Amino acid sequence: MKVMMTVNEAAQDHDVEPRTLLVQYLREACGLTGTKVGCDTSSCGACTVLVDGESVKSCTMLAAQADGVSVTTIEGLARGGEWHPVQTAFHEHHGLQCGYCTAGMVMAAVSLIDEIPNPSERDVRLGLEGNLCRCTGYHNIVKSVLAAAEQMRGTKQ
Amino acid sequence: MIPAAFEYVRAGSADEAVALIAEHGEDAKFLAGGMSLLPLMKLRLSTPSVVVDVGRVRDLSYVRDGGDHVAIGALTRHRDLETNDMLAGECGVVRAVAGQVGDNQVRHRGTIGGSVAHGDPASDLPAVLVALDATFVVTGPSGARHVAAGDFFQGFLETALEPDELLTEIRVPKTGASGFGFEKFNRRAQDYAIVGVVATRVGGGTRVGLVNMGQTPLRARAVEHALAQGASVGDAAREAAVGTDPPADLNASPEFRAHLAQVLVRRALEAL
Repeated sequence: MKVMMTVNEAAQDHDVEPRTLLVQYLREACGLTGTKVGCDTSSCGACTVLVDGESVKSCTMLAAQADGVSVTTIEGLARGGEWHPVQTAFHEHHGLQCGYCTAGMVMAAVSLIDEIPNPSERDVRLGLEGNLCRCTGYHNIVKSVLAAAEQMRGTKQ
Repeated sequence: MIPAAFEYVRAGSADEAVALIAEHGEDAKFLAGGMSLLPLMKLRLSTPSVVVDVGRVRDLSYVRDGGDHVAIGALTRHRDLETNDMLAGECGVVRAVAGQVGDNQVRHRGTIGGSVAHGDPASDLPAVLVALDATFVVTGPSGARHVAAGDFFQGFLETALEPDELLTEIRVPKTGASGFGFEKFNRRAQDYAIVGVVATRVGGGTRVGLVNMGQTPLRARAVEHALAQGASVGDAAREAAVGTDPPADLNASPEFRAHLAQVLVRRALEAL
């Protein structure tokens, strides 16, 4: 079947099987391999992308369900060669070790800050409960998200 | 993991969805947010030949004042429930528990109707709806019928829905902003409850619902009865596992679940 969507502001149009998962569509049809497959059971959050601005686990969504929507992946966050504030904060606060969970963490954090622009530490920890980091790097991830939220509030004012 | 091959059709309205499921027969399944069905399909525990996607049926996504009840469209997402202002005032327990289903990503996709129709006793909202004695509106080829929550859940992943019927609306009583307690015990954030308990005041009485204590979501009727007889919270909570059939799995034995139910019922009642 034809599945068309906007990915990182570019039109995508691919002929895929109905059972194709969104993460496969992004990685294999669009060639955007920044989105990772971790557990493949909607537990770990490594495959998190934004669908119409909200975080979803792309291993547990059919590409067909995303037909016609707007998807943002980790490749779509930077603007004009400048990292997104969440990416910068993860870099500055050592919010990653091996990096496998990072794309999903960053996308989940972008969605979280959009919903709660001034999050408490508890908001961040609860808001990222769907993303697992096996390097046990949560402490610096939380610091990164809090710093990014603060920086983004400053930019808006 | 990739689901077995299937044919995909998308419904634009509730009527079209019912017509499509009738056309494709018993091997067809409705797909809403997919948070329950897609994991089963990826494990090939569910292998429908046709998937009827109702996720775009926007006219089944709403929270409305129904007079003596709040009417919730079956395709209302958990995210929309946990941020809904009317529910905050009229039935706060549904709003609060919707905010504890899964994680943010799951709540952005999952729907209350999908959770109910799946019939998993480990899901949070079905136990709340059983405790509230909610009414489910079910639409089939010959029109709509009403099913009480207590009659809806019939076994593990088994409900009163006929293969050609679509759950379209959930009606919950107006219980107010507060007067409830919800306790969910799990080992990892975002996991299903090993045991969950909801206690809520409805009318003049107290209702208690149990998550993952049997083949279906349950009412802790012995606890409710004890409270109605004037028992203390501590004494009533000791009745929590009466009449239940808690499952054994890698997380807990039936005995541990029975113990958890007593502790969590006490905590939920103390939060009232």
